[in-house]
Amino acid sequence: MSVEPLNALLVLTNFVIVPGMAYGSQLALGALGVTLVYAVLRFSNFAHGDLMAFGTMATILFTWWLQALGVGFGPLPTALLALPAGIVAAVAISLLFDRTVYRFYRAQKSPPVVFVIASVGVMFLLNGLTRMIIGPDDQRFADGERFIIRARDFKTMTGFDEGVALRTTQGLTVVVAIVVVIALFLFLNRSRMGKAMRAYSDNEDLALLSGIDPNRVVMVTWIIAAALATLAGVLYGLDKSFKPFTYFQLLLPIFAAAIVGGIGNPVGAIAGGFIIAFSELTVTYAYKRFLGYLTPEGWSPEGLIQLLSTEYKFAVSFVILVMVLLIRPTGLFRGRVI
Amino acid sequence: MSDSFLIGEAMTGGYGGADILKGCTIAVEEGEIAVIVGPNGAGKSTAMKAVFGMLPLREGAVRLGGDDITALTPQDRVARGMGFVPQTSNVFTTMSVEENLEMGAYLRRDDIAETMEQVYALFPILGDKRRQPAGELSGGQRQQVAVGRALMTRPKVLMLDEPTAGVSPIVMDELFDRIIEIARTGIAILMVEQNARQALNIADKGYVLVQGANRFTDTGEALLANPDVRRSFLGG
Repeated sequence: MSVEPLNALLVLTNFVIVPGMAYGSQLALGALGVTLVYAVLRFSNFAHGDLMAFGTMATILFTWWLQALGVGFGPLPTALLALPAGIVAAVAISLLFDRTVYRFYRAQKSPPVVFVIASVGVMFLLNGLTRMIIGPDDQRFADGERFIIRARDFKTMTGFDEGVALRTTQGLTVVVAIVVVIALFLFLNRSRMGKAMRAYSDNEDLALLSGIDPNRVVMVTWIIAAALATLAGVLYGLDKSFKPFTYFQLLLPIFAAAIVGGIGNPVGAIAGGFIIAFSELTVTYAYKRFLGYLTPEGWSPEGLIQLLSTEYKFAVSFVILVMVLLIRPTGLFRGRVI
Repeated sequence: MSDSFLIGEAMTGGYGGADILKGCTIAVEEGEIAVIVGPNGAGKSTAMKAVFGMLPLREGAVRLGGDDITALTPQDRVARGMGFVPQTSNVFTTMSVEENLEMGAYLRRDDIAETMEQVYALFPILGDKRRQPAGELSGGQRQQVAVGRALMTRPKVLMLDEPTAGVSPIVMDELFDRIIEIARTGIAILMVEQNARQALNIADKGYVLVQGANRFTDTGEALLANPDVRRSFLGG
């Protein structure tokens, strides 16, 4: 057997599968936060992207401080050490906004659309706050070992023409996402508080009749959502870079992921994250080199064989979002109908 | 009657506008079954909700074991030993039968295993389906989950809003048998029923409400024998 198909597979692994796993994990973590807020507080939180930005900003500032002190985390990024501080900042600001904004509308028993518009207001506030503190520019804060496997080392190790690179941040993202998702599911399915959250999401009136304290459920939900948002934001920022506007834009693929999977359903949020990530990458990837290995000598395509330029990647999320809402509004895993 | 275990006395009130309840009195003793019947719109469910604190009272009072609980929220009444089974949406459909029971016992900090076994002994089918989501059960089984959930707090009073709505006659008889069993353990049972004849059959005390006020109050047996009640409310 010729090695050509294997080289084709390696190209695809390097440029689509590995980045897709990392990006999918980041979207899944973001979508989990959105879906939890939707399940418990019953509104689509438009401020989630900027909450990610805020938590990431706090993490970056703390990372810089640690770096200035000469503290490092060996081969791992220093940002991991700063992560708890970032999470605390994001949790604090979420609880502050809940106290000052959302609690008022809960007491009024406002319809969900009022909450959504209020969350847009919170989004602008967070957005401005982040830009005032750290500025609108790109920030890179990844340090430590850059690669787990370098493409060149892979080639010399295996003898293939194509290499597969695995960056530390990519490996880290996937590992952290797996650990966090397992912890979250254990919490939701085993712990008393997690079950109370599910009960409250399922049937609010009956939860009250059972003596479940709604204020505690709401508080724990914000804590988890803010922690997930910070985690998703920091992993995304380590993998790519931190820019407040990019995080605002991430709202679209994150919402698409939550809705594709079925909003309010945590399993759906994870599946949706990977569906959106791989759709984006497979549609915007240039297949020239991949097809070059599979076609006979001299048949290799001249163009890039790219379905959509990368600038249009958000169109992918948007089209999937519209299609799901038209064809199966409850999503793949039967969430609620929005 | 004023020293009944649970009593909603001379209750008057409504949801903001006109009064729905007009001086209605409902009482039940421990180990007894009291049934509220009456035509549609008589305020049966409203009277029950008022006793449970889900309706603001303009006049009248609710007392449990001699204490005035009129000002308590429904949640506080649960903590005081009142269990309430709503007519609809009375189970957590996405959660398993066992999780439904666990949520019923949310306020308890002690070991709930024994109470859970008692519920499974009362409703054996729930024990077989403990891992199944409550939303996948039949109507009668769901009602059993709903009653079981309310029993998990080990209440002194169990209030049921039309527990047999939408279930077949066989399942209804079965449910009534279970309710009698629950009452025999010393729990006071107050329920609203559409199936007036069958409900009065098992009732120690019956209340016939009309337009938010008591029309007839007597033992279940006497109400069934009363020609006025039979003609007006039981179809002859």
